[in-house]
Amino acid sequence: MTTAELVVTFAGLAAILWVNWYFLLAGEAAAAGSAAGPQRFRIEVNNSYSPSAIRVRAGEPVQLDFHRTDRSSCTEEVVLPEFGIRRFLPTGQTTSVEFTPRAPGSYGFECGMGMVRGKIIAEEAES
Amino acid sequence: MAETCEIPVGGMTCAACSARVQRTLEKTPGVERAAVNLMTGTARVDYDPRAVSPERLVETIRGTGYGAELPRPEASIESLMEAQDAERAGETADLRLKFWVTIAIAVLAAGMGMPLMENQSGPSAELGRWFLLALTLPVVFWSGRHFYTRAWAAFRHHSADMNTLIAVGTGAAFVFSVFMTVGAEWVRARGLVPHVYFEVVMWVVALILLGNLLEARAKGRTSDAIRRLIGLRPDTARVVRGGAELEVPLADVRVGDELLVRPGERIPTDGVVLDGTSTVDESMLTGEPLPVAKSAGSEVTGATINRNGALRIRASRVGADTVLSRIIRLVREAQGSKAPIQRLADRISAVFVPVVISIAIATFVIWFDLGPAPRHLHALVAAVTVLIIACPCAMGLATPTAVMVSTGRGAELGVLIRGGEALQRTGDVDLVVLDKTGTITEGGPAVTRIELDDEGLRLAASLEQLSEHPLAEAIVAAARKRGLALEDPERFAAEPGRGVVGRVAGHDVVLGNRSLAEEHAKAARSIEETAAELTPLDVHAAAMAEDGATPVYVAVDGRLAGVVAIADPIRPTSRDAVARLRGMGLAVVMLTGDDRRTADAVARQVGIDRVVAEVLPDRKLAEVERLRAKGNVVAMVGDGLNDAPALAGADVGIAIGTGTDVAMETSAVTLMRGDLGGVADAVALSRRTLRVMKQNLFWAFIYNVIGIPIAAGVLYPAFGVQLTPAFAAAAMAVSSVSVVTNSLRLRS
Repeated sequence: MTTAELVVTFAGLAAILWVNWYFLLAGEAAAAGSAAGPQRFRIEVNNSYSPSAIRVRAGEPVQLDFHRTDRSSCTEEVVLPEFGIRRFLPTGQTTSVEFTPRAPGSYGFECGMGMVRGKIIAEEAES
Repeated sequence: MAETCEIPVGGMTCAACSARVQRTLEKTPGVERAAVNLMTGTARVDYDPRAVSPERLVETIRGTGYGAELPRPEASIESLMEAQDAERAGETADLRLKFWVTIAIAVLAAGMGMPLMENQSGPSAELGRWFLLALTLPVVFWSGRHFYTRAWAAFRHHSADMNTLIAVGTGAAFVFSVFMTVGAEWVRARGLVPHVYFEVVMWVVALILLGNLLEARAKGRTSDAIRRLIGLRPDTARVVRGGAELEVPLADVRVGDELLVRPGERIPTDGVVLDGTSTVDESMLTGEPLPVAKSAGSEVTGATINRNGALRIRASRVGADTVLSRIIRLVREAQGSKAPIQRLADRISAVFVPVVISIAIATFVIWFDLGPAPRHLHALVAAVTVLIIACPCAMGLATPTAVMVSTGRGAELGVLIRGGEALQRTGDVDLVVLDKTGTITEGGPAVTRIELDDEGLRLAASLEQLSEHPLAEAIVAAARKRGLALEDPERFAAEPGRGVVGRVAGHDVVLGNRSLAEEHAKAARSIEETAAELTPLDVHAAAMAEDGATPVYVAVDGRLAGVVAIADPIRPTSRDAVARLRGMGLAVVMLTGDDRRTADAVARQVGIDRVVAEVLPDRKLAEVERLRAKGNVVAMVGDGLNDAPALAGADVGIAIGTGTDVAMETSAVTLMRGDLGGVADAVALSRRTLRVMKQNLFWAFIYNVIGIPIAAGVLYPAFGVQLTPAFAAAAMAVSSVSVVTNSLRLRS
């Protein structure tokens, strides 16, 4: 093996490790949550969801205000499959969706093509 | 009196941001208290509405450099659809322009730039490289700019999508080529030939734009059914107010308003006919091809077409409460759902892009270490081809597009399917349980056969006017249908469990079972005469009972005048529908609380050979569970009210002939029209949808499973085949378009 081959091989391995770490492991965003009061969150939609993880109390209504700034056809709709919601998000506007996660668990929200994803983590409300 | 509003705030990244917004709000005149929550991105403000408005608060927040706006109340479905259409039209126009400009540049490059490059190390090649670089700049920084900006936006949030693959692929080819152009001297000094791949960038961008263009067009068509449903609503209604006839926008119609509908017009909203007779075409909502007769007291549904008579109706439901609005809402919700079959695709697409980038890197390394010379060029082309050919979009679109098209198509057939899961389960059904009353039959008693002259029927019906027995109504209705003039009885007495006796128009009239009629006949006539009259009537009565009907004997002035059959009549379409279900390979079972003889008679007439009779309402669910326990996938068909537990307990609950919220909420499938043909329609549509979903998933997977290794060069050692990036771009564009196009086949 020449020096160039060794360098390319190790650089390639390092790049593979970094890519998988960055996209699959480091991407686990800290979930935004509200300690008390109304469960309302603003989510920026710009080819991704920010925040992409929301922590909520199960059994209580949740309102997500999606503010979309991109023009990608991929993110033009948001889908919450478990709640039967498919909503068009006009660019430059805030679109609200409301639902109530009945039971604790993880519920996904995603773009119309299933490529851009976020999740709602519903936890048992503290009595 | 303070008021509170919550304003979403965008762009806050740390506690300093939220503190700054909060301080600014607290200093604003009229604000009593402000609490800004960084985690939820909202500002909750208590303010004095006389001193400051929510709009002013929004301006204040914007003044601090953060995004803010008052969330609008949820827009109507129509306005959202209009906005979506407008946005899609803009996007399509933009893509079309970019595509044609890029194609023109690519053709110019092929015609003028490439000939200069024929000898990569010759003197004209230098000019050729700079010429191609100049042509590629507008492609990268204008036509394909959105790939890079979107990929970057996603990257910053640790996410990757289609744009990431395109941006990395074309970006690598572009950067490499720029380096080869700008540093050509440096490259040549090391004994290498400065190759460039500008044309690859141009063609890849052009073909992906074409794919996006076709995909946007096809995706737009998946919502056609909803658009058509929305388009059914008339814009205006003619309302009678204060004695005057006014044309008002539909939104101004209120419950209780009196509306006038001329022949040929659409009925503006749900209501009840006050006067007028007409037939109404309800096919657009129920799938029922024949117009339905309407007269005073009939219910009419908004958006259906009044055919041939003027009607005056009273509005009973308006706006979001109408049947049409509920249908649109249900279809929209269904389109937001997923089929379980998509779960595997979801799991794969969640890791797809990082895995493909890893494969591309590995491809580069393997070609560089083991490939033929010039190794770095082969390695670059192979890695770029892997990135470009991979298509997560096809997987993401595989089932949602099928669900969208199919639920819309179902609505047009009068079949409302609650979503992807219901669609998939309905497609798997192998046994259909039909409730008898109101499902196979009309659900109410009616005269099904008359062996009696008109005068006898007139007298019998006149007497029955005073009876409260459910069968009495059927006899009165039959007489009215024949246009017979009824009279008030002079005398009336009910014989519980046997019938009624009385006097009408000077005649003694008896209606009831055989023994009551015979008893009265024998009292007035000889036994022989009575027996002679009874014999033919008994023959008719036996035939009637054989068909599951109740024979009612009629005697007038002691003479046995005839016999009338009363039954819950079988819907005219039931027999064909059962035959269709059986033809589709489905087992059909009839479930009823009726006695065995009636149940068998009805089953025989509609072609059902499995009957479960004499089942009490609360045992229907147990019966459904017993059938499921045998391994059947069971669809239970009922009216959605009496059968609610059994509908909920079946694999698929199908509510028939109803648009009520209760039925829609509890059933997987709601049939708007009251005939069993809808069950076959629902199963057939679901089966076709399931087939399309499986085809889509198969193609989406197989395309990537075969395409990526070939792009990586697995065929090169044996056959010397290596794909070009431009070919990969064309293949990728075709893959997602083919999935959407395949789903669109469900529209017919």
